[in-house]
Amino acid sequence: MGWFSGFRISIGQVGKVLTTNYPEEKRPKPTRFHGRHVLNRYEDGMEKCIGCELCAGVCPARCIYVRGADNPVDAPVSPGERYGFVYEINYLRCIHCDLCVEACPTEAITETKLFEFSFTNRADAIYTKAELVVGDDGRAQRQPWELWLGGEDDETSAWMRATAPSGQAAFEGRVGWSGELGFGVRDPEAGQTGPPLQPGVNPADHPHHQDLDHHHDDDHGADARGRGGEAAPH
Amino acid sequence: MIPTFAADPLFSDGIDTTVVLIVIVKTIVVFAILLVAVMFYVWFMRKVIADMQNRIGPQRAGPFGAFQTLADGIKLFFKEQSSPTSADPPVFRLAPYLAIIPAFLAFAIVPIGGLVTVAGHETYLQLADPGIGVLWLLMMSGIGLYGVMLAGWASGSKYPLLGSVRASAQLLSYEAALGLAIVGVLVHSGTLSTRAIVNQQAWNGAGSVFSEWYWIPAIGAFVIFLIAALAETNHPPFDLVEAEQELVGGFHTEYTGIRFAIFFLAEFMNLITMSAIAVTLFLGGPSGPGLGFLAADNWINVWIMPVFWFTLKVLVLLYATVWVRATLPRMRYDQLMSLGWKYLIELAFLWAMVSAVVVVGADQGWNRWITVPAAIIGAALVLSVLWACIPRRGESVEEIR
Repeated sequence: MGWFSGFRISIGQVGKVLTTNYPEEKRPKPTRFHGRHVLNRYEDGMEKCIGCELCAGVCPARCIYVRGADNPVDAPVSPGERYGFVYEINYLRCIHCDLCVEACPTEAITETKLFEFSFTNRADAIYTKAELVVGDDGRAQRQPWELWLGGEDDETSAWMRATAPSGQAAFEGRVGWSGELGFGVRDPEAGQTGPPLQPGVNPADHPHHQDLDHHHDDDHGADARGRGGEAAPH
Repeated sequence: MIPTFAADPLFSDGIDTTVVLIVIVKTIVVFAILLVAVMFYVWFMRKVIADMQNRIGPQRAGPFGAFQTLADGIKLFFKEQSSPTSADPPVFRLAPYLAIIPAFLAFAIVPIGGLVTVAGHETYLQLADPGIGVLWLLMMSGIGLYGVMLAGWASGSKYPLLGSVRASAQLLSYEAALGLAIVGVLVHSGTLSTRAIVNQQAWNGAGSVFSEWYWIPAIGAFVIFLIAALAETNHPPFDLVEAEQELVGGFHTEYTGIRFAIFFLAEFMNLITMSAIAVTLFLGGPSGPGLGFLAADNWINVWIMPVFWFTLKVLVLLYATVWVRATLPRMRYDQLMSLGWKYLIELAFLWAMVSAVVVVGADQGWNRWITVPAAIIGAALVLSVLWACIPRRGESVEEIR
């Protein structure tokens, strides 16, 4: 019955539905899904962004425009000296590579999992601080043209970075992110591979340990030579 | 002489205003039923085919997406109609109607229900019961071919022309098999009238499914009829006419808007008509059990139940067509011609011959244990001779000579 076995296959599929009722329900997205950005704030409401423009510098699509300014003394926007007073992302250019998230020294910019938003003109595609900064609850602001069903902004605060702050990929068992907003902190992920860590060194405790150590050695050597050079005539 | 209206008692007392009104109402009802049936068949087909492909299918327009076809139709109705500069405008405009009018007319002979009494006149739930009966179906499907052929020709474009040439060849080839398959029933029924054929398959208890309905004595013809009917309606796997990979849209490539929709309306209408004719010829038409707890002359048993059984049988066949659509890929053109000419026509012809021997033998009181095997052996001999003459794959005609 080789000719007719196809009929059994097609009738066997009856009742098995794989399609998701998409706009009404969404399938869960992968944990590290890259969606639209948010600009995070500390628990006291201060913005994390310090206007350093590292994100703009690293952006391969050149879609981020940042201008930093000194914090007003009487009403500071961020805890540090400076803050980002202009922050714009052009979503017609953004490729969601997440390099801005990697570059950010203060975890100010992270990504939600939301990609379902659209525009009717080019100006609307440029998100400014008005849209990007999270609300008082630490959650992304929901714009009317975005399709939020929940779950897309659950893990924006405690962003798991692809590479460790130390520059080491092997980052098992160490929490390499902060969860100031009180939600979204996940267990450290296991199974990442990279060059072995130096024994007795915790890269999470000392993010720039290796670099500092390296420079230290150079300094020591220079000092030793210098001292040696000085010592020789003695 | 064959009476024009063979069995319908509506005309037995002469024709007066009431009779004319009844006929007009019947015409309008059948017209509406067919349109609505096409609308829901397309929805049904899309739902079932989605079910077989792990999808959901239309679900937006109306409950369970049931008005999807209506929405499509309205959209097509309001779309711009364009025609190529090289087209032949009158024929180009005429062709869709040449396709759809025969599709409507072919359904007229289908017995939908039983004998009912309307305003003192007894009549069958059936638009017309001409003496030529099922030949009407073959006539109408033959005329419907003109719609496809002229559409392709009048488009003034090469792909529609190729598609329509294919359509003509395909429809002509399979009409032969279709007609011979119908003969397999006609030798048993002895009449062409569809009403007489369904009356012969009347319901006398559950056994009549096997003893009365013609699908058992004409099982070979039934199978051939179903295959040929699919080919005749350009249904997959025989939808060579619209082979997108080769012909863009086939004969309707240049058609837009409501004219395009009319071709599809006609195609699906033909499919429903073919299923209805298959039910009429082989599956007893409206015959089926009434509701036992009601009187036999209760209006439910008289009006509703025959229509219910007819609809149910047609739906089963239509589900099967969707099943075929979901399963089989399109045939190659040479496979199509090979199946039609080398196998279906011969088998249908021999089946009709064997059936004739069996029926005549039964009439003459011959010993059926001799006549039936003799007929089958004779048919097998003819078949082996015929198939020996057919070139096989990779064999040239010269080698056989």
